Amino acid sequence: MIEFTEEQIERYSRNLLLADVGIEGQARLLNGKALIVGVGGLGAPAAYYLTAAGVGTIGIVDSDEVDRSNLQRQIIHFTSDIGRLKVSSAEEKLKSLNPDVKVIPYQTRLTSENIMEIIADYDFIIDGTDNFPAKFLINDACVLTGKAFSHGGILRFSGQTMTHVPGSSCYRCIFEAPPPQNAIPTCSQAGILGGVAGMLGTIQATECLKYLIGKGDLLTNRLLQFNALTMEFRTVRIKKNKQCIICGESPTITELQDYEPPICDLKHN
Amino acid sequence: MTTYKLNITKEHCPMTFVKTKIQLSKMAKDDILEVLVTEGEPLENIPKSSTEQGFKLLGIEHVQDNIYKIRIKK
Repeated sequence: MIEFTEEQIERYSRNLLLADVGIEGQARLLNGKALIVGVGGLGAPAAYYLTAAGVGTIGIVDSDEVDRSNLQRQIIHFTSDIGRLKVSSAEEKLKSLNPDVKVIPYQTRLTSENIMEIIADYDFIIDGTDNFPAKFLINDACVLTGKAFSHGGILRFSGQTMTHVPGSSCYRCIFEAPPPQNAIPTCSQAGILGGVAGMLGTIQATECLKYLIGKGDLLTNRLLQFNALTMEFRTVRIKKNKQCIICGESPTITELQDYEPPICDLKHN
Repeated sequence: MTTYKLNITKEHCPMTFVKTKIQLSKMAKDDILEVLVTEGEPLENIPKSSTEQGFKLLGIEHVQDNIYKIRIKK
């Protein structure tokens, strides 16, 4: 039985009160390890909630620097952080929010070369990336290594998310391969309402917390989609695809591959 | 079966039930916890929250002034 300090009892009192979290659940959170890929619109709120809840180890991956245009939605970065590395800016806020949490920054872009080593130590991965090559790479790496992860995507006023655990349907069960270049605009081309990023990143964080405490029903074999303009939510049932090229009966993908990164002529990010 | 004692007369909501819950979590099934509480919020909520979370309320007795003893079985 883990012994909590008086400060921890006070800090986590609202978690401890919950029948589905309690002492055991809080101990699981403190022993939990989550990796957040991208500390942007999705990763920022996710990182805040996981840190506040006391997830003991949080890895953050991002190669970018903070830009003024990020501040409208990437709430972990402040005006004074413009030009700083996003991982440094985020690390500082998270440590300040909760000194119980060990924050591990990875100032890099995930590739087929480094992803296996980076995800190896984590229990749950949050995909907070803004491009399809990264989303497929995260899916493939997690499926091949049996890791749980939350997929998230946002555009304009819409969001979608699903959770994968070993054995459940994966991102490729629905979307076999990335769409053609420029078929889907990126957020920097199409725009995104900051609050929509917050909604989705918060759902992803909640899935991670549920996974770590082992309670509730995850968004597995379901794709949650919402449109914030009409504020309508729907959940689409997804069957595990026997023909899935990575998790089906005869997978053709047995090792990682890197898709071409998106070409964008706008100012970076 | 062991009886444990807990004094939460100096605590305020929600730490009253948080402390009760932490003590109960350290105990074995069928152990008994005697919690000293003040009247008002703790006296109303500790029995309610305890039964909601699956513990058995054995009884409440007046100790002195505004202090009560709540007996809970895990």
